[in-house]
Amino acid sequence: MNPARDLSRLAAVIGIGVLAVLPMARMPAFYDSFLYLVFFWISLSTSWALLSGFAGYFSLGHAAFFGVGMYTTAVLTTKFDVPFLATLPVAAAIPALLAVGIGAIVFRLRRLRGELFALLTLAVTFVIATIILNTPIDGGGGIFMSAVPLPAIMPTPTGSIYALGFVLCVATLAIAWKVAHSRLGMGLFAIHDDEDVAEAKGVPTFRYKLSAFALSAGIAGAVGGVHAMFVGFLTVDGTFDLTVPLYVVLMSVIGGARSWYGPAIGAAFITTLLYTFNSGGEAMIGRAIVGLILILAILWLPDGLVPAVKKWLDRRRPVVAQPPLAEVTPVVPIAKPVGDRVLLQIRGAAKRFGGLQALAGVDLDVREGEILGLVGPNGSGKTTLINVISGFYPLSGGTITVDGAEIGHVAAHDIARRGVARTYQIPRPFVNMTVLENVTLAATFGGPPSSAKEIRDVALHWLDFTGLSAKKDVLPAGLNLHERKFLELARALAARPKLLLLDEVLSGLNPAEVDNAIRLVRAIRAQGATIVFVEHLMRAVVELSDRIAVLNEGRLFALGAPRDVMRDPGVVSIYLGKAYAA
Amino acid sequence: MPSATLLGQALISGVLAGGLYGLLAMGLSLSWGLLRLVNLSHFALAFLSAYIVYELGTNYHVEPWWSAAMVVPAMFAVGAAQHWVFDKFKVNELGSLLMTFSFAVIVEVVIQLYWTADFRRYETAYATRSIKAGPFYIPVLELTLCIVAGVLAWGTWLWLRQTYVGKGLRAAAEDPGIAAAYGVNHKKLAYLLSGIGAAYAGIAGTFIALIATLAPAQIWTYLGVVFAVVIIGRLGNPMGALLAGMLVGASESLAQAVLSPAWSPVVSFSILIVILLWDPEWL
Repeated sequence: MNPARDLSRLAAVIGIGVLAVLPMARMPAFYDSFLYLVFFWISLSTSWALLSGFAGYFSLGHAAFFGVGMYTTAVLTTKFDVPFLATLPVAAAIPALLAVGIGAIVFRLRRLRGELFALLTLAVTFVIATIILNTPIDGGGGIFMSAVPLPAIMPTPTGSIYALGFVLCVATLAIAWKVAHSRLGMGLFAIHDDEDVAEAKGVPTFRYKLSAFALSAGIAGAVGGVHAMFVGFLTVDGTFDLTVPLYVVLMSVIGGARSWYGPAIGAAFITTLLYTFNSGGEAMIGRAIVGLILILAILWLPDGLVPAVKKWLDRRRPVVAQPPLAEVTPVVPIAKPVGDRVLLQIRGAAKRFGGLQALAGVDLDVREGEILGLVGPNGSGKTTLINVISGFYPLSGGTITVDGAEIGHVAAHDIARRGVARTYQIPRPFVNMTVLENVTLAATFGGPPSSAKEIRDVALHWLDFTGLSAKKDVLPAGLNLHERKFLELARALAARPKLLLLDEVLSGLNPAEVDNAIRLVRAIRAQGATIVFVEHLMRAVVELSDRIAVLNEGRLFALGAPRDVMRDPGVVSIYLGKAYAA
Repeated sequence: MPSATLLGQALISGVLAGGLYGLLAMGLSLSWGLLRLVNLSHFALAFLSAYIVYELGTNYHVEPWWSAAMVVPAMFAVGAAQHWVFDKFKVNELGSLLMTFSFAVIVEVVIQLYWTADFRRYETAYATRSIKAGPFYIPVLELTLCIVAGVLAWGTWLWLRQTYVGKGLRAAAEDPGIAAAYGVNHKKLAYLLSGIGAAYAGIAGTFIALIATLAPAQIWTYLGVVFAVVIIGRLGNPMGALLAGMLVGASESLAQAVLSPAWSPVVSFSILIVILLWDPEWL
């Protein structure tokens, strides 16, 4: 039991209860309307943050979804006499479908990230606004909602609109909380930090972005439906106004867009601020003061209020000294026989980048339980081979099968789920997640389905295995290179892969660290994993490998036992030049 | 279908009107492409310049070219000052967008407080002059604008391509760390570029004062279309920005002539969407 948490829960329940029945008090309409606007902006900015804050895809097109929702309700109620409440699900569904349509096109383009996504959504807003303006949907005259009957949920009309706005606001916050604490949220946070790595760790990035986009647009649409009743008269200029996306972005950023309640805090703060000045009769000066406050906030609180307060609280806590990375205890290798079964089969694998033939038809079999060292001069195609096996690049030709299943053109997250895990030569941790969260993500998406507790245990086990337990609550920025390399390994191992692809785990480490890392790879091997590893350090290659494959100019040059391959004059010549080959 | 003469006239007016899009897009494109800063206040600075030119011309009878000679250096200083803030606080791309949006709102308020929200028109003899070329009329003011924009775009392009300073800027845009290691003083160059971008806003503002009717809220009217132009013309490329501006201007004008004026906003964004999805090499 946690009394502080129980107390805050109680306070939240009482707060929601009081706000829900507030319109019964028949307050002056001014208060109903003001509070409605607070709810309105909380819902809009929170829904925006579901995609843009969590996954980092900044949309400047929130007005499009909100506006389509408004016009859906307006048209259905005024032209087709549909009861107002019945239009709200449609007002949510149409923008959600629109988002799925837009997302299905733009999320397929790898280059279309960041600011281009922002601009494309902005452009869509203008196109939709023009279409609505020039077709009978609006026709340029605007739509009056005054004749539409409003269900008497509360004693006063403004009270009824308040109640609807409040329900949507609570529902939106509940959805945001749920998403932030689910697989979807975890995946979106990972996409925010590094989308390629998220995909490689098993996060279905395309589907997740699409889901978040649809959810975000659907909520905005429903909010728009209610807002149509609030404003009473719709015009295209007023609906698809640029201030909607900009205010939504500002509110979320001021509050903290990566936190589920950050946008709500920002929205409440800015709406109150705007209202205070606007009702004081100095509306223009008020806008300028809000602008000034925003500039100052962005300069001094670039991540938003919520993270800033959290950081401040953390700093007040006593600092616990972090012990350095523990040494890996030597494991006595159980001589596990290499099986006869072929786990990874590569046939004629080819990869072209424009005119560059990075892989020119590689044939290779890796047997279950084997450690295969992959060596070759720079540019010989080693990392490209790892990239095509893990699905980062689709194959240009040939086939790759894992456990009999063809994976040459399968999406990377699917390959990860089939039991292939990889590490990156330059560690690419999710920078806004703690060490434990990094490993938990890999265990959640890469490994077999398990309960949250099992996944946590798996993550803790591999952190312990790699000696990172003491740093589990540290952000990756607090790790040195050695520790970051081990975090890469812990993430890969937590997915409990059948096949582990290691890309230069030893590069950049000092001799003592290399010894430690070799012990670790031995320990992994002792557990019976099949490993393909790219390495330049010959001592490690010879010590660890059962067989060595030498790549040169995108082709398999030599394959065999370490001692034999390293004595091969051909191999010596491609490494050291012809003079040494004799 | 309108006559060939009408279409030709629409094309000419469109290309000339597109010169203003291009001129406005250039400064934005430079700071976005080469400094990774999205400066929304560009539009506000252009309109502030336009109002000052209008004020000087209407109340003090200063020739617009003399007004420009005062306004443009002042805008250069504003641009450099903005960069000082970005630099000091290490503002990122998104932060710059939000901050300059706020700054633009403040400028809009200042304009509205001083000049009110009423429409203002700067009456000059230049506005009505035009050259007759065959069946077509070419307005002198718009033609001057296009020539100025062309000279600026070409000059800036040459400056970036040929000179040490320009090459340093482009290198720093790719990787500031590596460029600094080769002795590029990125910070100093960034101030220069920021100032130049704002000075272009000042030049654009002078022409806006002469061509358009002014109102504070019009700061936002160019935002969408100029963004489209910046992307189509490729970030950091002044010639691209001008050509894209003319392309968009011409297509808008043709759409107005063939369809109806109301449909013209769709044109620039449809071009943008098609180009983004087509994803050509030069983007």
